[in-house]
Amino acid sequence: MSDFSEELKGPVTDDEVETSVLTGAGMHFPWLQTYIETVAIGGKRKKDFAQTTSACLSFIQEALLKHQWQQAAEYMYSYFQTLEDSDSYKRQAAPEIIWKLGSEILFYHPKSNMETFNTFADRMKNIGVMNYLKISLQHALYLLHHGMLKDAKRNLSEAETWRHGENTSSRGILINLIQAYKGLLQYYTWSKKKMELSKLDKDDYAYNAVAQDVFNHSWKTSANISALIKIPGVWDPFVKSYVEMLEFYGDRDGAQEVLTNYAYDEKFPSNPNAHIYLYNFLKRQKAPRSKMISVLKILYQIVPSHKLMLEFHTLLRKSEKEEHRKLGLEVLFGVLDFAGCTKNITAWKYLAKYLKKTLMGNHLVWVQDEWNSRKNWWPSFHFSYFWAKSDWKEDTALACEKAFVAGLLLGKGCRYFRYILKQDHQILGKKIKRMKRSVKKYSIVNPRL
Amino acid sequence: MDLEEAEEFKERCSQCAAVSWGLTDEGKYYCTSCHNVTERSQEVINTDLIPNTLIKALNRGLKKKNNSEKGWDWYVCEGFQNILCQQAEALKNLGIGPELKNDVLHNFWKRYLQKSKQAYCKNPVYTTGRKPTVLKDNLSHSDWASEPELLSDVSCPPFLESGVESQSDIHTRKPFPISKASQSETTVCSGSLDGVEYSQRKEKGIVKMTMPQTLAFCYLSLLWQREAITLSDLLRFVEEDHIPYINAFQHFPEQMKLYGRDRGIFGIESWPDYEDIYKKTIEVGTFLDLPRFPDITEDCYLHPNILCMKYLMEVNLPDEMHNLTCHVVKMTGMGEVDFLTFDPIAKMAKTVKYDVQAVAIIVVVLKLLFLLDDNLEWSLSNLAEKHNEKNKKDKPWFDFRKWYQIMKKAFDEKKQKWEEARAKYLWKSEKPLYYSFVDKPVAYKKREMVVNLQKQFSTLVDSTATAGKKSPSSFQFNWTEEDTDRTCFHGHSLQGVLKEKGQSLLTKNSLYWLSTQKFCRCYCTHVTTYEESNYSLSYQFILNLFSFLLRIKTSLLHEEVSLVEKKLFEKKYSVTKKKSRSKKARRH
Repeated sequence: MSDFSEELKGPVTDDEVETSVLTGAGMHFPWLQTYIETVAIGGKRKKDFAQTTSACLSFIQEALLKHQWQQAAEYMYSYFQTLEDSDSYKRQAAPEIIWKLGSEILFYHPKSNMETFNTFADRMKNIGVMNYLKISLQHALYLLHHGMLKDAKRNLSEAETWRHGENTSSRGILINLIQAYKGLLQYYTWSKKKMELSKLDKDDYAYNAVAQDVFNHSWKTSANISALIKIPGVWDPFVKSYVEMLEFYGDRDGAQEVLTNYAYDEKFPSNPNAHIYLYNFLKRQKAPRSKMISVLKILYQIVPSHKLMLEFHTLLRKSEKEEHRKLGLEVLFGVLDFAGCTKNITAWKYLAKYLKKTLMGNHLVWVQDEWNSRKNWWPSFHFSYFWAKSDWKEDTALACEKAFVAGLLLGKGCRYFRYILKQDHQILGKKIKRMKRSVKKYSIVNPRL
Repeated sequence: MDLEEAEEFKERCSQCAAVSWGLTDEGKYYCTSCHNVTERSQEVINTDLIPNTLIKALNRGLKKKNNSEKGWDWYVCEGFQNILCQQAEALKNLGIGPELKNDVLHNFWKRYLQKSKQAYCKNPVYTTGRKPTVLKDNLSHSDWASEPELLSDVSCPPFLESGVESQSDIHTRKPFPISKASQSETTVCSGSLDGVEYSQRKEKGIVKMTMPQTLAFCYLSLLWQREAITLSDLLRFVEEDHIPYINAFQHFPEQMKLYGRDRGIFGIESWPDYEDIYKKTIEVGTFLDLPRFPDITEDCYLHPNILCMKYLMEVNLPDEMHNLTCHVVKMTGMGEVDFLTFDPIAKMAKTVKYDVQAVAIIVVVLKLLFLLDDNLEWSLSNLAEKHNEKNKKDKPWFDFRKWYQIMKKAFDEKKQKWEEARAKYLWKSEKPLYYSFVDKPVAYKKREMVVNLQKQFSTLVDSTATAGKKSPSSFQFNWTEEDTDRTCFHGHSLQGVLKEKGQSLLTKNSLYWLSTQKFCRCYCTHVTTYEESNYSLSYQFILNLFSFLLRIKTSLLHEEVSLVEKKLFEKKYSVTKKKSRSKKARRH
């Protein structure tokens, strides 16, 4: 009934309280929440207002889950009253919840359109100042989604210049994000211009104007993006476009610095793409092999099944260091451990060749090292009778490579190998014969005396 | 220059602090001691037309404008008076006789004001704690000619009094001296004159008016009039917005401004709770020192025999069960006038929860007939089903299983709808409540925002989905013979579960289990506890169904069932504690 608690605290204006309490990451236990609430109000019955509005919220969520946009809108109509909640904590949480639910509804509702969405976004931006930037950003993304680049850009520019109240750290990141998205849009225009430029002849009268344009854009964009990518996080699209522009203007050192920082800075979350970007850059720059190997070594640890692993293998194979060549074998086995790579003919071809080479080079121990941990499951995983049949049917070349590997690892008695041998194929006949000979000679099952 | 007319302006002069005002020709106040002219001007009320001193006094009170922003001067109890008036009006629209408003409720209220020393007495409690000088000042020239008359008014039994005062009286009565002078100096604010003081007041032995208390007053008057509305009906009508309660303050006259502490007093964000209002009713009845209420006899709606009939119809049970409920009522003595009639002056003032009790009796009868142990009721249903298949022309036997299936479906649907309607309930008033004038624009801006957003979303809502308010009804379920989907069991017979023995009918089922073995004797408020999982599913379903109908907690109904059983099997409780069996012989 009489609730003076808020009054005692005095009226709280919206901008005094930080959002972090709400957006803070962590686990959420609904039952715990209600328990805490009852403790907080001293075991008193929760107000019906609080009960019905939380019931309303779950009805909205359920409707959204079932894609019942109309029903969701109906409940939303009532849920707006949480903006006037007498509980100041809940009142401050309301705009963000309403924005998230409302924008979702308006995004999908059949009767909704761009105009409704824009009005809604503009309204929500101005309820309290805490959400202005976040909503502006999401509004811009919505516009982007609908291909309205100009409106999105205008929106971001407005948000960028918006100033209200104190600057807090969470707001700082948001500003950076907004600027970076603006930068990304600028990159998009730049990229289009660059395409135009590449179509034009150097002697074309328009060439200089376009070139000038391209240059101006780049300058603005780099300023916009560079601030963001210094903050730890995953910024793939930003980094990629930023580097592309740096490279275009010949600032290789700058690009390398950005990429190295992005890949190696420990404050950043582990991100395979960071290493891929760096590797691709180094490849373009024709960097020394050792450098590229060290980059891919890290990628190998994060994603051993990545398609770049085959390139990694070729690099290692060519290396003079014995250690590298052993690693080359390891990488190939690693790739084929993954179900998604079982039909990768290149991988099998490489493995067949490299196994033979390794065995010829008297490195039986290397092979055994790899094989020991796999001999329990590879036969049924790769070399079953079923696979032999289906591989032969689908791709005889693949079947041959696999048969060779099977022969080398399991001996000539292996079912896969025997099945392929039995197949009488005119073109592959010679190859199979050669294979049979090699197996006899090198198979690890009957080591030569 | 009219000195007398300027008397109503009570603020101290800003220059010499005297309270002595005259009126200039333009109607502005000027200080007679230092001739300082204020910005304030007298409110233009044409008192010449009605040369009546009483009206003049009224103008000084309620209608007096302090300044246009702040509205009229008004007291908290006037706010409650206005709300009671609205509620009485709503009850009248529901078909309750006009006497309820004009005589009963009116007199209860006057008695309350007197008992709580707010009016109709020599020294109203109101001005204590205020500046005594102001009070004295006020009393010295107050023209309370009507005071003795009003006092004598109440001293005679209020219920015999005819409508001496007209209805408009309720709105405009202004029995308190004004002490606005001190108000303008205080910082903690409220729109009413005494809101701050009121919210802090705690006086022993005096029942303070609150929002739920208004419903206690309504129920008390309904009870006095023996109207056909139970407490659960009343509260359901409140929830369905047929009786003003939540945001009732938004219908106050435009000039009665609410803010600050008034928010805690009049703004309410919960629906009334059955037990709470029940308790408050007794509290108010005792506080008002009311005499014994009119007798609840067998022809009254609140008598268990009639209520049982009503609830049997409501939940689609056979009419024949009514004989059994009447029998239980007779055996337990729950139909007796002394038991049923509310007597606030009795030593232990208590009233009966008529609706809960009637429903509890039905539950007991169901237990007598079907045992409700998740076993017997189903085997009896099998018998009934077979019998009905064979004899299609006869009056069908009541089939518990079939009844359960139909009721379960209807109940689930109703409950779902009820939950949805609750989730959609709009709590906030068109007039936002704010803490102070500083917050006012913020509150209004928020309000406007909400209205705009709602307007926008209402275009997305299917217009057919939002039908208007349903009309009030004391029935929530409707069973008719014509509806083929939903079988109506009213005409079904209980032959399958009763057997004849000589002239009397016995229940086929000879077993019974008590809902409660032990009653709490400690100081906790509940009679016994209800742990759902300890009871059979049929019993749970029946309790859930009935407690939903009454909008009460299941545990409350369980307690009432236990109390009925206690009365029915009194001997078993007191003599032996053996497994109790039902009384076998039931005469009809």
